[in-house]
Amino acid sequence: MPIDTEPALAIAEPTGARPLSDLEAGDEKARSRLGLLLALPGIVYLTVFFVIPLGFVVVTSFATRTRTGRTAYESWNTDAYSKIISSDLIRTVAWRSLGLGIITTLICLALAFPLSYFISTRKPVVRNLLLIGVMIPFWSNFLVRTYAWRVLLDSNGLGTRLLGALGLGDGRILFTQKAVVLGMVYGFLPFMVLPLYAALERIDWSLVEASRDLYASGWGAFRRVVWPLSRPGVIAGSILVFVPSFGAYITPALLGGGKDPLLGSYIVGQFLQARNWPLGSALSVVVLVVMLAGTIVYFRTGGRTL
Amino acid sequence: MKGASRSTAAPRGAARGLLTGFSALVFVFFYAPIVVLFVFSFNNSNSISIWSGFTNDWYGAALDNANVTSAMSVSIRVAVISTVISVVLGTLSALTLERYRWRGRMVFDAILYLPIIIPDVAMAVMLLLFFSRASDLISLVPGIDTSSGIDSLVLSHVAFNISFVSVVVRARIADMDPSVEEAAADLYANRWRTFWRVTLPQIMPGIIGGALLALTTSFDDVVISSFVAALGSTTLPVYVFGLLRKDVTPLINAVSMIILAISIALVALSLLTQRTLSRSD
Repeated sequence: MPIDTEPALAIAEPTGARPLSDLEAGDEKARSRLGLLLALPGIVYLTVFFVIPLGFVVVTSFATRTRTGRTAYESWNTDAYSKIISSDLIRTVAWRSLGLGIITTLICLALAFPLSYFISTRKPVVRNLLLIGVMIPFWSNFLVRTYAWRVLLDSNGLGTRLLGALGLGDGRILFTQKAVVLGMVYGFLPFMVLPLYAALERIDWSLVEASRDLYASGWGAFRRVVWPLSRPGVIAGSILVFVPSFGAYITPALLGGGKDPLLGSYIVGQFLQARNWPLGSALSVVVLVVMLAGTIVYFRTGGRTL
Repeated sequence: MKGASRSTAAPRGAARGLLTGFSALVFVFFYAPIVVLFVFSFNNSNSISIWSGFTNDWYGAALDNANVTSAMSVSIRVAVISTVISVVLGTLSALTLERYRWRGRMVFDAILYLPIIIPDVAMAVMLLLFFSRASDLISLVPGIDTSSGIDSLVLSHVAFNISFVSVVVRARIADMDPSVEEAAADLYANRWRTFWRVTLPQIMPGIIGGALLALTTSFDDVVISSFVAALGSTTLPVYVFGLLRKDVTPLINAVSMIILAISIALVALSLLTQRTLSRSD
């Protein structure tokens, strides 16, 4: 029963037109009109509340911040983008976001691969239970899950004592970049597990058995068969972890202590404190471009599972 | 069955034990913070992390706190209204994307994915700019009053929830056997009857699962809500986020646990309806 083993959010392959009956097969035109009619409410809603707001961001990124902190749309310019390129502070923030995003992605991959491999080689019943076990934290409140680390990493917290006992200094990492990475790994790990699982679950294990029959070692079978076949999952998972890490706002705000801002916090600051909306918009456009590039790669590699 | 539990493909010996142990540790990593937060929400102390005895006073204090209860009622109202709207729009979108072919379908499909993957901060910025520039225009629509705050929250939450509902419903439609609908048509059921009597009951598990998921994402949202909420219409997570940035008290542990309990209950229900209902046909 394939439905049992798919993650709940398996995005369907586009099946295209599947005529309801042979009787109707003739009037393709009428069907196409009906299809558009059904889509119309959604199209109108997303145009007004998603596409147009997106346009507002792009337009504002070319506007000017006046001395009083208002945004003037009269003369278009690319000052905000020049500032992004020339400002040392923004460059530092961007590189830091990039670095922490990459570290988070790599740690997630290292944790998620063995786990996904384990899950995908269980019996179907166990597999489903374990998957639900991964999906519950995935969908439950992100803010509260991040806050839980504040309790754990408090100066007397259990996590601090555990890290201390493991010999990592005095274990006090709250309000440092280490805590931010830990929080992001915790928050985004399921984004890596689910696509990796989906890729591993699709693997035809008889290929692995065949390689073993041909005297491949366990490691050889993994490196030559399992790893190449799981690559789409690795790419999809990496993008799904990297994109939210790169634009993260809640995790650095709660666990980072605000000393070393990341891109997400910096953008929020431009809107809520500095009142430099053009600069904030231009940085949002940068984040959106990174996201779009990731998404295109994701779909090119055949990723279809969230 | 593709499962490889008893074949030569499954790791054996030491590798097998190592893999099991490692996976168990990752699950501890997933759940330990939640358990610790749960335990410390009953802590009889003013410290958030030093244990000194059991009390459930913090829950009493949380439910007596007028800020908490009013934020909770805003959260529930926004979640319910936005879910109802997104279920209708999301189901229609799912049906048309899975079953019909029309010009511009691929573009709509792509745009429908964006609200799911876009970073919260970017979506929040988009909607803040939009509401600050266009609220006068939107308020011209009868029945909508963006100055109340609740309306802007609902409108924003629908914008990302349509996508979540449509993804879940589409997965369900794709798994459906089209021959049942064809049989209904062969038996001279018209399009409406086929939809109401055959299609809708079959995709119901997807719709319920999608609705529960929409409730969860709406109830959990912090970043977008904190950007579009007006004064007097704070949702519960936005209120907690504000507290967390000032001073952390054990009261927050209790409020957090309430939020988490609601959110886990909704997720578990959503996963269960999608799986058990889809098994029964």
